Amino acid sequence: MHDLSVAELAHALRSREFTSTELTRHCLQRIRSLDSQYNSFITVDEAGALAAAASADARLAAGEQGPLLGIPLAHKDIFCTTGLRTSCGSKMLDNFVPPYDATVTRLLRDAGTVLLGKTNMDEFAMGSSSETSFYGNTRNPWDTARVPGGSSGGSAAAVAARLVPLATGTDTGGSIRQPAAFCGITGLKPTYGRVSRLGMVAYASSLDQGGPMARSAEDCALLLNAIAGLDPLDSTSSAHPVEDYTAQLRQPLTGLRIGLPREYFGEGLDTATGDRIHAALALLEQQGATLVDITLPHTGLSIPTYYIIAPAEASTNLSRYDGVRYGYRCEAPRDLHDLYTRSRQEGFGDEVKRRILVGTFALSAGYYDAYYRKAQQVRRLIRQDFLDAFASVDIIAGPTTPGPAFGLGTKTSDPLAMYLEDVYTLAVNLAGLPAMSVPAGLAAGLPVGLQLIGPHFDEARLLNVAHQLQQVSDWHRQTPGEASE
Amino acid sequence: MVVNRMTVHRDDIEKLAELARLRIAPEAVAEVTDRIATILGLVDQLQSVDTGAVEPMANPLDAVQRLRSDAVTEENRREAFQAIAPAVENGLYLVPKVID
Repeated sequence: MHDLSVAELAHALRSREFTSTELTRHCLQRIRSLDSQYNSFITVDEAGALAAAASADARLAAGEQGPLLGIPLAHKDIFCTTGLRTSCGSKMLDNFVPPYDATVTRLLRDAGTVLLGKTNMDEFAMGSSSETSFYGNTRNPWDTARVPGGSSGGSAAAVAARLVPLATGTDTGGSIRQPAAFCGITGLKPTYGRVSRLGMVAYASSLDQGGPMARSAEDCALLLNAIAGLDPLDSTSSAHPVEDYTAQLRQPLTGLRIGLPREYFGEGLDTATGDRIHAALALLEQQGATLVDITLPHTGLSIPTYYIIAPAEASTNLSRYDGVRYGYRCEAPRDLHDLYTRSRQEGFGDEVKRRILVGTFALSAGYYDAYYRKAQQVRRLIRQDFLDAFASVDIIAGPTTPGPAFGLGTKTSDPLAMYLEDVYTLAVNLAGLPAMSVPAGLAAGLPVGLQLIGPHFDEARLLNVAHQLQQVSDWHRQTPGEASE
Repeated sequence: MVVNRMTVHRDDIEKLAELARLRIAPEAVAEVTDRIATILGLVDQLQSVDTGAVEPMANPLDAVQRLRSDAVTEENRREAFQAIAPAVENGLYLVPKVID
C-alpha cells in the first residue's frame, strides 16, 4: 500500500480495493514502528486521522470522486490546524493550539485528505538541516547519521520513508527543494503568491511560499491543484488564473530549451553530484530538449541579499511573540519589559535569535539604506538575470544543492557554512519564481536533486518536464533500505 | 568565498538585543558578538555592488496591496482567541503592572 502513488491510491479507494480507514491505519502503523529512527513527526493525530478517514470513506461510499479524497497526508508544523498544536518547531509555540485553519489546511480538509500529523522542521523554518527544532533533529532515511535537509526536513523524510504519500512544505530560501533533494523525493516551490500564506506561520513574508512534497511530479501536481489560487484573506496571494496542473504532464519535450547557468556548475559543486545532474540532463536531451549555456551573473550575491532581507522580515514578523496573547510566557515576570525580553529569550532558539539580531541591525537607523535598501536593489538585479535568461530559454536546470546530505552536527557550529548550502536555491525565492527538485539518482548511496526553475506562474511546464523525466527514469522510485520493508 | 568579519562590539550587540527585546546572558555575549560579526561580514559584500538608480524591490511580482471593500466580514471570536492566552481576566489580557 505504501509504495503506491497518490493517483494509484485514489484509484484503489474508488474501486474499493481498500478503504481510507485501512490505508490510514497502515500509515499510522508505519509511523509507530519506523519513525523513532527518523523523528520526522512532531505530532501524530491518530484519533483525528481515523475520524477524517471514516468521513472520507462515507463520501467515497456515496460515490464522490475527488482526486485526493481519502488520501493520507502530513502538514509541516508551520500550517495552522484548528485544535491541533502548531509549534513551528519552537518552544515559543509548544503550547499553541490554533483557533483557525491555514487556507492550505482548510482546502485540503475540504478535499477529503486525511491529516496524519504535523512534521518536524527547523525552528520557525530557519535552517537547512532540521537540526534547530525544539523537538530534536530529524534524521535522513537514507543514512540516519545525516541530515534530511531543511527546513521542511520532517515532511521530506516522512515521504522518503514511505510513512505518508504526500506532505506540505514551505520554501523561503530552498526549504522544500533542498530537503526534497537530500531525501530523494519530488518537491515544488510555487511562484510567490500562488498558494495562500494565510495561517502559515510567517518567517520572511516576501519570500515564503507553501507547496507540495511527494514521490513524483504527478503527485505534486495533484496536491498543487488543491491548494493553488487567490485567497481573499491573503493580500499577497495572486489573482493569476489557476491551471489544471496535471493537464500538461504528458506533453512531449520536443523543442524545449533548457538553460544551464554556468554559475551553477562551477567551483563548489561536488563532482559526483554534477555527474548525476548531467546524466539527468542527457535524458531530457534524448527526449527532444535542447541544452543552452546561460549566465545568471548575480548568483553569488543572492546569499548576502537573502541574509539581509529574510532576517529583516523575520525580525519584524517575530516581534509578535511577546508572551501576552499566545505562545510561551516566562515565569513570574518582574515587569512588562521583563515579560517581553525573558519570554523571547527563553522561547526562541539560538539561530532564531541570531536572525532577529541581524534583521534588527539591517533595519536600524543609520544602517537601513546601506543594508536593507541596498539588498532590495540587488534583489531586483537578481530577478532581472532570470527575466533576461527566460527571453531565450523555457526553463533553467541545475543542481538543487552543491552536494549530498551532510552529516548531523557537521555544520551547526558554523552558521556561514550552513548558509552556503543554499547557494543554488536562494535566488529563486528572491525572484519569486517557481522551482522544483526532482530525484536524479544516487551518488555514493545518497540522493541527488535536479533543480528545474521556470518563469513566473509556469508551474505546469516544470511539472511536465519532471513527469517526462520520471517516465524514462526510476530514480523517484528508489527507496531507502529500511523503509522499503 | 572570502568573508571579512565586520567590526561589531559587545555594546552594539547589547543595544540590538535591547531593541529586539532579547536578553543575552552575559557569558554568551562574546560568542553572539563573534557570530553576528561574521554574518554581517558576509552581507557586507553588497557594499561593493554598484546599484546606481536601481529601484528597490519589495515584492518579487512588483504587486501592490490589493484593497477590499470596507465591510465587516469577520465575526467576533474573542473567547476563542483569549482561550489560548497565558493570562486573561474579564476579556482583558493580563500583563505585569505598568503604571504605579
